Amino acid sequence: MGVFRMPSLGADMEAGTLAEWLVSPGDTVARGDVIAVVETQKGAIEIEVFENGTVHELTAERGAVLPVGTPLAVILAEGEEPPQTVAPTAARPPVESAPAERKPVPDRPVPSAEPHGQHKASPAARVRARELGVDLAKVTGSGPDGKIIRTDVDHVLTGAKQRPSEPRSPLAEMRKAIAAAMTRAKQTIPHFYLSHTMDVQPAIDFLARLNADRPPAERVLLGALFVRAASLAASKVKTVNGHFIDGVFEPADVVNPGVAVALRGGGLVAPALMDATELDLDRTMTAMRDLVSRARAGRLKGSEMTKGTITISSLGETGAEAMTGVIFPPQVAIVGIGAPQTRPWVINGQVVPRTVVTITLSADHRVSDGRQAARFVSEFETLIQHPESL
Amino acid sequence: MNTTDIRAVYLQELCRIAPDIDPETVGDNDHIQEDLELDSMDVLNLVTALHDRTGVDIPETDYPRIATISLAVEYLKGAAQKT
Repeated sequence: MGVFRMPSLGADMEAGTLAEWLVSPGDTVARGDVIAVVETQKGAIEIEVFENGTVHELTAERGAVLPVGTPLAVILAEGEEPPQTVAPTAARPPVESAPAERKPVPDRPVPSAEPHGQHKASPAARVRARELGVDLAKVTGSGPDGKIIRTDVDHVLTGAKQRPSEPRSPLAEMRKAIAAAMTRAKQTIPHFYLSHTMDVQPAIDFLARLNADRPPAERVLLGALFVRAASLAASKVKTVNGHFIDGVFEPADVVNPGVAVALRGGGLVAPALMDATELDLDRTMTAMRDLVSRARAGRLKGSEMTKGTITISSLGETGAEAMTGVIFPPQVAIVGIGAPQTRPWVINGQVVPRTVVTITLSADHRVSDGRQAARFVSEFETLIQHPESL
Repeated sequence: MNTTDIRAVYLQELCRIAPDIDPETVGDNDHIQEDLELDSMDVLNLVTALHDRTGVDIPETDYPRIATISLAVEYLKGAAQKT
C-alpha cells in the first residue's frame, strides 16, 4: 500500500495529534488492525490499517500535530519494494520527483480567482466560508503562519473566541466539534420530521420473559431492540441510509447505525455499529455494550467514527417522551427515540394502560420525502411489535 | 459479606463504571439514576458487577432495590443470607 496517511475521521477534521504508535518497523499487520492512536476533538481514536502488509518505517513522531493526509508510515504489501523517498513530517523539503507531497509555500500568494484569494486559508476553510457567508478578511488564522483553517471560520460563526494558543479542555474541544457539525447540518440540510407514538408493550413483555432466566451479563436492554428494529427498517428504506456528498446521495449497501452515546460529564459521540443487520439480538446487545464502554473510555476506532450510515439516538428508559434530532452530516437521517411512557391506549375498543414510545425520524428532504419516511416509521413499528422476529 | 464489605464493593464498582464520581461524595441515599445519572447500560453493568462480586443474581424486577447504597446493602445482605 506504500504510504499510510493521517486519515480524515469526520467531515470537520483538519488535523490530529499522533498519541501512540502500536506497531514497530518489521511488524506484520492485517486489514483492520489498529496501528496507532490519534487524538482528535472527539477524543482518542484508534486508527486501523486497511490492507495486509509489513510496517517498513514510521515517519511521524508521537506528539506531532499532523494535518489530514500527512504521511505517517510506510507499510508494504507482500513483495512490494519501499518507495525511494519517504516524505518526512515536514522536516525537509521533498525531492522534485514527488511534487504532490510538497507543502504549500507559506509566503507565496495562493493563486485564486475568488475574492478571498488574498487571505491565506486552507481549501476547507474557503469552502466553509463560502457555505456560511463568512468574510475571510474578518477571520484570524490559527494555522501555520497564521493561515486560516476551517475551525477558525466556525469560531466566527459560533461566537467562540479565537484564542488558538490557549489549550482547551477535551470537553471544550468536543463541544466545538459538535457545534461545527450541528451548525453545518442545520445550515445545509433541509430537515423534515415525522413522528409516531407506538405501543411497545409486546417488546417490554418479551424482554421481561427473555431476561428472567438470564444472568445479568447476558441480559438484553430495550435499547438493543430499538437498534435492531431501526437497522432492519433502514435496510428496507434505502433513502434514509447512506451519505449525501457533493450534491449526490450515495445509498449505503450495509446499515451501520451510529449509536448516540452520552458521555458522563457532557459531550456526545455516535460511533457506528458495523453491519448491524447481520447481527442477531444478542450480538447486537454485546456489540452495543462494547461500543458504549469504549466510547466512555475514549477508545473508538476510526472506521466507527466515519462509517455510520444513519444515527439512532435514544433518551433511555426514563425522561422526556420525544426528541427531534439534528442529522449528522454526511448522513441523511436520524431516529430520535423518546423514553417509554405509560399511557391510556385503545386496544380492541377498550382503553387500557400500555407502555408507548414516540419515535421521530428527521430526514434530509434533498434525498427523501414524507412517503419514504412514513414507510421507515411503519417498518419500525411492525418490527418492534413482533420482538421475537428481532 | 457484612455491611461494610457490601458498601465497599458497591462503591468500588459504581466508581469503576462512572470514573468521574468521587466515592467520598456519594451519599447513602443518592439514587444511581436520578442523582448520579447512570443510564440503563450503566445500571446493567453495575448489576453484572454486583452479581460477579456477591453471587446475588438481582433479577430485573429487583433493580429498584439496589438504586441507592442503603437500599443495596439491605437487599444484598438479605439475598446473600438466603443463598
